[in-house]
Amino acid sequence: MAVKSAPKAANVMIGDAIPTFTAPPISRTTLALYGGASGDHNPMHIDSDFARKAGESDVFAHGMLNMGYLSRALLGYVPQSHIRKWGVRFQSIVRVGETVTCTGKVVELLEVDGEKRARLELVAKAGDGRIALAGDAVVALA
Amino acid sequence: MPIDRKKFLGFESPPHTATVDEWRCQFFAKAIGETDPVYSSLAAAKAAGHPAIPLMPTMLFCLEQGRPDGYKLIEDMGIRIAQLLHGEQHFEYLRPVYAGDVLTFRAKIVDIYDKKGGALEFFVRETTVTNQNDDVVAKNRGVTVVRQMG
Repeated sequence: MAVKSAPKAANVMIGDAIPTFTAPPISRTTLALYGGASGDHNPMHIDSDFARKAGESDVFAHGMLNMGYLSRALLGYVPQSHIRKWGVRFQSIVRVGETVTCTGKVVELLEVDGEKRARLELVAKAGDGRIALAGDAVVALA
Repeated sequence: MPIDRKKFLGFESPPHTATVDEWRCQFFAKAIGETDPVYSSLAAAKAAGHPAIPLMPTMLFCLEQGRPDGYKLIEDMGIRIAQLLHGEQHFEYLRPVYAGDVLTFRAKIVDIYDKKGGALEFFVRETTVTNQNDDVVAKNRGVTVVRQMG
């Protein structure tokens, strides 16, 4: 659940975990909805026939859908207005039926232009534990 | 076919302008299952101090890619959709964006490289996003992987 305020800098320590967020198993409906809402109509994510012809076993999740899930984990730690920058590497494909579990922890405390910030390490793992996304974020603290 | 680096390194796509539609923000929140009413209800957004429904953090990518000719550059580069994988995506936020804003995306290919003896090619695109007041609201950086099948 998205939070209303950021943690106070004085209370944040390196190693602190952000609340874990687990998305429900990816369904074809999820992929169709995400394709429509995102405007990404790449058939690799919505058309099984196309995916098989391209050598895949089936459609798979948009990387940006998984990044959307990771954003929900981030919003469970700080309000959106406190996200300064973030990014991910897409490391493996997430397939239909798999869950995505998003975690993060504080790895650095810094101050930029008088603003106290934390650098977070972020990971999204597919159901079997393999890393789907790995990245980091810099967020402002209260 | 390898990407023509002489032609595409430094290539700037024509600027793309998109209005942030409220329904799109609501639809996107539903698609990723976001339950905070700030992202689906104008009344809830206003009650939380926002002038309108905020654009969710990753939607800047959707609006950038959502241009009618979204895959034209890929085709011009001689790449087929089935070869594509998203390698990396980064966002830097400088100002808040809300439903009703009009955003302009200016993208440039800043790097092209390959790995595994050319089996995988990568191109890096940096995009500056401005709003209707010409303020820079964000910078997007994306890495696209092209699976070269020989």
